[in-house]
Amino acid sequence: MDAPEEPLPPVIYTMENKPIVTCAGDPNLFTSVYPTLSQQLPREPMEWRRSYGRAPKMIHLESNFVQFKEELLPKEGNRALLTFPFLHIYWTECCDTEVYKATVKDDLTKWQNVLKAHSSVDWLIVVVENDAKKKNKTNILPRTSIVDKIRNDFCNKQSDRCVVLSDPLKDSSRAQESWSAFLTKLRTLLLMSFTKNLGKFEDDMRTLREKRTEPGWSFCDYFMVQEELAFVFEMLQQFEDALVQYDELDALFSQYVVNFGAGDGANWLTFFCQPVKSWNGLILRKPIDMEKRELIQRQEATLLDLRSYLFSRQCTLLLFLQRPWEVAQRALELLHSCVQELKLLEVSVPPGALDCWVFLSCLEVLQRIEGCCDRAQIDSNIAHTVGLWSYATEKLKSLGYLCGLVSEQGPDSEDLNRTVDLLAGLGAERPETANTAQSPYKKLKEALSSVEAFEKHYLDLSCATIEMYTSIGRTRSAKFLGKDLAAFYMRKGCPQKAEAYLQGALKSYLAEGWALPVTHTRKQLAGCQKHLGQIENYLQTSSLLASDQHLPEDEREYFCREILSFASQQADSPGHRVVLPMHSLAHLRALRFSPASAVVHVGGALAVEMTVCSRMPVPVPLEQLAVSVHFSIEKGSCRKPAEWLTKHGAASGTVSFPPEPSALPASQSSLPALELHEVLERSPSDHSLSSAGIICKNVHMLLRRQEGAAALEVAAGLALEDGAHVLRCSGVTLQPGANTVTFRTQAKEPGTYTLRQLRASLGPVCFVLPHIYPPVQYDVYSQEPQLHVEPLADSLLAGIPQKVKFTVTTGHYTVKNGDSLQLSNVEAMLILCPAENRAVIYSNTREKASDASLRIQSSDKVTSISLPAAPAYHLIEFELEVLSLPSAPAAGGESTVPGMTEPPRKHKDTQQAGPCMATTDHKVSIDCPWSIYSTVIALTFRVPFGTSHALLSAGTRKYVQVRVQNLSELDFQLADARLADTADGPDLRLVPLNTEPRQRIHSKQAVFFVWELKWTREPPPSLHCRFSVRFCPASEEQLSVSLKPYTYEFQVENFFTLYSVKAEVSPPAGTEHCRTGALCSLEVCITRLSGLLEADQDEALTGSDEYFSTKLMYEVVDNSSNWAVCGKSSGVISMPAAAQATHRVHMEVLPLFAGYLPLPDVRLFKYLPHHSAHASQLDADSWIENDSLSLDKHGDDQLDSSSLRSRGSVHSTASSEHKGLPMPRLQALPPGQVFNSSAGTQVLVVPSRDDHVLEVSVT
Amino acid sequence: MCQVYLWNYPLYIRSVPTENELQFHYMLHTSLDVVDEKISAMGKALVDQRELYLGLLYPTEDYKVYGYVTNSKVKFVMVVDSSNTALRDNEIRSMFRKLHSSYTDVMCNPFYTPGDRIQSRAFDSMVTAMMIQVC
Repeated sequence: MDAPEEPLPPVIYTMENKPIVTCAGDPNLFTSVYPTLSQQLPREPMEWRRSYGRAPKMIHLESNFVQFKEELLPKEGNRALLTFPFLHIYWTECCDTEVYKATVKDDLTKWQNVLKAHSSVDWLIVVVENDAKKKNKTNILPRTSIVDKIRNDFCNKQSDRCVVLSDPLKDSSRAQESWSAFLTKLRTLLLMSFTKNLGKFEDDMRTLREKRTEPGWSFCDYFMVQEELAFVFEMLQQFEDALVQYDELDALFSQYVVNFGAGDGANWLTFFCQPVKSWNGLILRKPIDMEKRELIQRQEATLLDLRSYLFSRQCTLLLFLQRPWEVAQRALELLHSCVQELKLLEVSVPPGALDCWVFLSCLEVLQRIEGCCDRAQIDSNIAHTVGLWSYATEKLKSLGYLCGLVSEQGPDSEDLNRTVDLLAGLGAERPETANTAQSPYKKLKEALSSVEAFEKHYLDLSCATIEMYTSIGRTRSAKFLGKDLAAFYMRKGCPQKAEAYLQGALKSYLAEGWALPVTHTRKQLAGCQKHLGQIENYLQTSSLLASDQHLPEDEREYFCREILSFASQQADSPGHRVVLPMHSLAHLRALRFSPASAVVHVGGALAVEMTVCSRMPVPVPLEQLAVSVHFSIEKGSCRKPAEWLTKHGAASGTVSFPPEPSALPASQSSLPALELHEVLERSPSDHSLSSAGIICKNVHMLLRRQEGAAALEVAAGLALEDGAHVLRCSGVTLQPGANTVTFRTQAKEPGTYTLRQLRASLGPVCFVLPHIYPPVQYDVYSQEPQLHVEPLADSLLAGIPQKVKFTVTTGHYTVKNGDSLQLSNVEAMLILCPAENRAVIYSNTREKASDASLRIQSSDKVTSISLPAAPAYHLIEFELEVLSLPSAPAAGGESTVPGMTEPPRKHKDTQQAGPCMATTDHKVSIDCPWSIYSTVIALTFRVPFGTSHALLSAGTRKYVQVRVQNLSELDFQLADARLADTADGPDLRLVPLNTEPRQRIHSKQAVFFVWELKWTREPPPSLHCRFSVRFCPASEEQLSVSLKPYTYEFQVENFFTLYSVKAEVSPPAGTEHCRTGALCSLEVCITRLSGLLEADQDEALTGSDEYFSTKLMYEVVDNSSNWAVCGKSSGVISMPAAAQATHRVHMEVLPLFAGYLPLPDVRLFKYLPHHSAHASQLDADSWIENDSLSLDKHGDDQLDSSSLRSRGSVHSTASSEHKGLPMPRLQALPPGQVFNSSAGTQVLVVPSRDDHVLEVSVT
Repeated sequence: MCQVYLWNYPLYIRSVPTENELQFHYMLHTSLDVVDEKISAMGKALVDQRELYLGLLYPTEDYKVYGYVTNSKVKFVMVVDSSNTALRDNEIRSMFRKLHSSYTDVMCNPFYTPGDRIQSRAFDSMVTAMMIQVC
């Protein structure tokens, strides 16, 4: 606090300024009040309403009270604001009118006049009232108090300009009130004065600014004016407003520079374009850099001076505002813009000068910030300062390069000269920092002094910056700086230190797929590795660079030649191998197998054609290209080629490989697809939809932090696989672009071969593709030789020559000349040996290889077929004709009446489908040359004919009918049909009734042959016949071999007619016709035609000596229910065994329908009593009535099988009950022994006349 | 002037002039640090109306780097010559918006796989037009 008397110093060194208030009147009074006043004034804030719509502010007012002097009042035109008295106060304690009139009034008038002369209207008169004094003057009337007088005299219409302060030194409530009122008034007036005076100042300033386009306008003058305002704001603690003033100046200046760049130059600006001679950096340690300020005032400041001063002021204010980080940010902007502005204004700057300036400034700003913040604050705000650090590092680096400090040799004389010049431009160190050990000035000077010092400082700075970047997560920036550092190390000749930085940076670029930086960094790395002698790494990097498309062709060629020359140098010294990844050399694009199925037999040739795209810029002669193959014995031996092909979808045997992943990082491209699912939520109460959405189910996969694709570059996983199986191709030269390389191999062991590694060797250098993906494999199989014999047609027919195809699959066996198949002959099957027979040899792929003639030698036991020589895995095919001879004894027995032996149901089926052919199997055993075991082959021949016979009778005349059915699909020609009695009795003759000597029998059709039997003597009870007919296929009349006739043997028994049955229905007497419903008589006449014969010798024959009789049972049955038999329908008769013995039976039948009705059947059975004694006693009818009899029927009786069956169901149960009882048996007479002479006769039955109901049956 | 659109790897880079391309690439790469920083800072501030424009990422002596990030975190970075004073914040902002809408068109192409490098001719010509306009 200045003493009130002391005059204000004209120059302001500090900002410890306060607005000036002058005091006039009683100095002693003021001195007594002053302590309280100065203490109380700033205690309460006051609202400052501002013009121009600026926001009102609460402001704590302080003042500098000085004694009133006329000199303090500003003269006209002086715009200094700091020394401007904002308020004038007159203090008086006068309470006596007399005194007032005598002295005080005059004094006041003088004071007022002075103020008026300077047109100052900001004044206040304070009247201090003292109770003590008042008491002495009791006569004074309040009305005419001094205050009123003063108000009356001076404050016309401004009564508020006079204040009373009561008992200021007492501690009474009244005194306090009075103080408070006074202070409020004082503050109000002060603010009023501020508003008025500053407003006026601002108006003036603005007027001045508007004149800036006028020729004589000077920025520096204006600068001083506006800064004055800033000072006042600062004085009022309004730093924000003060900063605004500087920012406006800053912007104004910047705009001028920009306009200058655009060609709109202001005269005054040319001054700032003078060459830069001093670059001593920012000075931020003083609140006001008076040196620079004076330069500006004198209009001698350079651009850097102006900028430096401006920034130092801004910095000061920002620090007052507690915004150090903004300082850092603005500093960086400032430095950048200064550099730009100098460029724009085309100011000549010695090389390196700006670098010095920027470096010093950066460090100055940083140190300034560090000076006002604690460590923790700084650490947590690295993000704001790191830019400056990095900028300083960059600048120091360029200084180092400029001054020749970054080289192995050190600076030369030119460098040293430059250094000296630069140091000269720094000037002397400023006094403020002279005592600081780490001042930017000292640092720079030291750094430029020697190579070692530079290295130390540069490394310190770089490492610190990198650390900072890393700590705030700006890894990319850290990597980039690291690259600079690496370049520095390389220049210094310390490649081992550079390598780590380069690798780090490269990894980061690779992971994020930045192709150009990758290339560039790799190039640097290559240089580094070459220096280090890391041959393997160098070669790897070189190979990558050689294949890098972002590199110019000549550089690629250079790196490619590096590899080639290394390979040729080291070719002599074996042992050490350098393994490099294949993808840098070439890309495997496609692979094609030949054969396309990729399946070969053992010993077969396999070709693998690879399309390899070389990425090298020049042709690369490879010693060898090899594919290592993993072999596995597959249990299922050989997979089906078709299956394999469908699995791989490559019908042509071509496998295409995906194109090399692009520069995209692997992690990105291998991201799984989104798995999105619909989610619907329904409210449980009313099942209405409450929410719908989509969720991603594999979020955890997608949002996982992506690891850098670190493995991209790593060659560590490249291990050479040394399998026993390798496909090689030597002396390949890979031209740039696509190359086709063919590997050939001979399949050895059967199994599956998977292609694993592709490697290209070039001397000791080996490029390896560690895994061929997708997996590619081929199969080798081994096959046993096999013989297949199969008929050429669907089935073989017996009796005619048939073709059979022999297929020999040689497999691994090579058929030599002289190898032969030995067929053991079967009697019933002939192997026909035509003169010329050819065998065809096919290759494994069914291509015809050759054909050769076949030699077949036949002896009685063995047929030997000598095979033509054939290599392994071929097919030999030939055809042979075989002829199955009908096996003589079997034919008759086999084919009796077709279908008869079959069960009834089956019988029905065969009737529909036609009878099936009888078959004969012939087993042929074949000895093959490759095996000690015989191969047994069964050939099934079908007999093309089915034959049946029948005995036909006409009275006593007998005929044999043979029916030949063609069952095959072929038509045949039949000839020479013969029927012969095998017994060859002389008394029996077979007279053929067939007229045609040859007959054609079509497929599925039948031919009948009939012979009449004639005999001279008593015929034998049985007749053995053999039917034979010659046949040949109708299509080939001429056959090379003579065919055996088809024979059929059968036996006819009891063919001689013994009985003749005749039935006759006669209408009732007196009527002409039978009528329905009228009984008719049926007369059955059974006549024996011959005497006792051999055929009669059975149980039914009874009798003794000459008289023999046979017990017969007759039965009249009408199956069609045309007749109702009345009375006994059956009976047993005894028929004498004599010719013409006749038995007649009468019975009555009732026709049930009208029309021509066939007669009821009359059947005749032999009645065989179990015991003759019992038999005679039994009534023939009784067994029918009481069911005590069962019929023992012979299976081959066809006559009434249906009728008997209808009963048989009943009887069979009965018979089982009565088993063991002696029972008569019935035996059907053989068909030849009974001749029904009335078979087929019909009787006309007319409908009954009086029948009102006409029954018509429609059948 | 140079522009990229990227996640963390470049989807599209275009620079005029081309001779300094490498330097641009390095600059773009390092600028991602600041983009990341700004994005994470943005995430913390729970602002509903998210401003996509990130503003000046960092100035260098010769260039200004501006950033923009879509809601799906596709980053747009633009490097402009410092001496080009005609380009104010507003112009940059509107250029970014234009780029964004053009990028959206690219993404709408069903034949474009998100994450692939952008090879759209329409996009290319839009960028060319924009660059011609500024330079």
